[in-house]
Amino acid sequence: MTLLAEHPAVLHGHPEHHEGPTGVLKWLTSTDHKVIGLSYMITSLVIFFIAGGMAILLRVQLASPHSSLLSLQQYNELFTMHGSLMLYLFAGPFAFGGLANYIIPLQVGAPDMAFPRLNALSYWLYLTGSITMLMGFFTAGGAAAFAWVAYAPLSSAIHSPGAGADLWIVSLLLTGFSAVFTGVNLVTTIFYLRAPGMTMFRLPIFTWNMLVTAILILIAFPVLTAAMVFLFADRHFGTHIFSVKGGGVPVLYQHLFWFFGHPEVYILALPYFGMVTDIIPVFSRKPLFGYKGMVFATMSIAALSTGVWAHHMFTTGVVLLPFFSLMSLLIAVPTGIKFFNWIGTMWRGQIRFDTPMLFCVGFLLAFLMGGLTGVMLASPPIDFLTHDTYFVVAHFHQVLFGTAVFAGFAGFYFWFPKMFGRKLNEPLGKIHFWLMFIGFWVTYLPMYVLGLKGMPRRVATYPSGLGWHLLNQVASLGSYLIAISFLFFLWNIWTSWRHPVAAGANPWDAHTLEWFTSSPPPHHNYLKLPPVRSERPTWDYFHPDARTISHNGRRNGHVKVGAEVGSTGGSDQ
Amino acid sequence: MKIEASFLLGVAAFFGVVAVGYWFWSYEPAGTAMLVGTVLLGFVPGSYYYWWSRRMKPRPEDLPDATVEQGSGAIGTFPGSSIWPFVLGMGLFLIVLALVFGAWLLAPGGALVVSALVGVTAESRRGGTV
Repeated sequence: MTLLAEHPAVLHGHPEHHEGPTGVLKWLTSTDHKVIGLSYMITSLVIFFIAGGMAILLRVQLASPHSSLLSLQQYNELFTMHGSLMLYLFAGPFAFGGLANYIIPLQVGAPDMAFPRLNALSYWLYLTGSITMLMGFFTAGGAAAFAWVAYAPLSSAIHSPGAGADLWIVSLLLTGFSAVFTGVNLVTTIFYLRAPGMTMFRLPIFTWNMLVTAILILIAFPVLTAAMVFLFADRHFGTHIFSVKGGGVPVLYQHLFWFFGHPEVYILALPYFGMVTDIIPVFSRKPLFGYKGMVFATMSIAALSTGVWAHHMFTTGVVLLPFFSLMSLLIAVPTGIKFFNWIGTMWRGQIRFDTPMLFCVGFLLAFLMGGLTGVMLASPPIDFLTHDTYFVVAHFHQVLFGTAVFAGFAGFYFWFPKMFGRKLNEPLGKIHFWLMFIGFWVTYLPMYVLGLKGMPRRVATYPSGLGWHLLNQVASLGSYLIAISFLFFLWNIWTSWRHPVAAGANPWDAHTLEWFTSSPPPHHNYLKLPPVRSERPTWDYFHPDARTISHNGRRNGHVKVGAEVGSTGGSDQ
Repeated sequence: MKIEASFLLGVAAFFGVVAVGYWFWSYEPAGTAMLVGTVLLGFVPGSYYYWWSRRMKPRPEDLPDATVEQGSGAIGTFPGSSIWPFVLGMGLFLIVLALVFGAWLLAPGGALVVSALVGVTAESRRGGTV
């Protein structure tokens, strides 16, 4: 075993005793992926709580008919910003800027991201983009109020005048470049900075999913940035790209937006699939069932997701229905493979229901429900009836809450000991889970019924006597439960901050490389590396008597083979 | 490196098929143009990777039985802490705000961007920190 530290001159000037700036200057100047990852995570969680607070205001407004808590303009601003913050500034950056930034170099055995200064620039563009978007609330006309999709012609200078809308548009220029830079960084890190023996088909599934996500980012975000430039030009420079008056095509905006927007949904989902796929085997004490199946399912989902954009545009009447319906329905196949493999991994495992595993199970149920209603919506006749109703609201909240919140917090609880070297409190984590789980179903199941009863989305008030009142009350009650559950999360963080319990390098007896180094990892991550002989090198190292089964089922003879299959949790698949 | 190359070329191949199918089924130009762009995104780096993968020996990370010793040595040079990404970020922030609040913001924004470009170049030559 070679100590990387034996080659200090080539690694870095001083790999063991890193004397960088401290305090505020450290957060401003660090190019360490761990510091940048934490900055991303903290910022995106703050955004999450702001956007969650907006959701509660919306639910209070909708809890009773003829409500006048918010004016119509305020309501439009709040749902626009709730969606924009959650989708552009929380769910994506939390995964690819926060957790991936922190975890991917550790999982592949790299000292840092491939382009550390570009990584830092990504964060500063993300932060300033977030501030730019939020600045809209402090302008005279208020924040943007044209929903997170900003359809033309509603987003034109005539229908949405004011600086708030402009700030919203230019903030997406900043965050768009930020995402592209992070995507480039992730691809290069995964292609060029892997540890010896860490072949592509031994990468942890989270890393694989982040690679595929990074490609999706590179496909999708430049299109969004272009659309925003066109939109801004239409508003201020007199062009007529999206306005009928000057010979433009409004539907072109929808094509551009959804060519970004649908891959974006998978940019928000695939990283979280990866987290779940890394967590379930650890708490089932088994290797992942169907490693290559998982990799190819991820690739298929990503590939198909780029060919389905116009299923958001069925009701425009100018898109090719059979093509987009077929492609959308096909996505159910690789997603089904993933579900099969997750259940196969748990099957006959020695399952421990620690907090991260509970969140994973919550994710499976939530995403299953959201996914099944997605299959329904892929069928144009059903979509024509339910488009722009609460049925769609319930569908995408179940999908995105299932991924970004259930799986995202599974990842947060799972990797928190690695990032801070201390444990989170298990009972508090479980209370967080159960309150959130109950609140989730109580909030969104009534919305399906509301949609089928014809309640349109994006309305600030509704009349009584249509049978919508009780269902809305129940949904609001559920959303309050979700809000309360996050108080337990904050309490948990507080407890761990004030009364730290040391976690050690590998508290979960986990599989992948990041658990080999200390918690938190030293500067440049690894003082020594284990030999990589399977997709779970840390497990192999700490359990030399357990037979290593490689992903393709062949017995791997490079690591010492001892006990019979299954005796220490290894399973013959 | 061969798997990395085929991964990117796979992106190009898949979207090539989709682009052709989509065009001859719908004759819709916007989607087709974006799909062709996606083909190029996979093809340009993918073909370069493929060209290299045939001319280089497998790296330790491509070998299933590589030892840790095989991978020791130069990984690359990584910059230490640097203030310039922050300066560049703030400069771009001001330039973007200039689009909304007025062209006068271009002056401080441009100054920050230029100083960051000079600073990061000098810092790379010197190889120091901050």
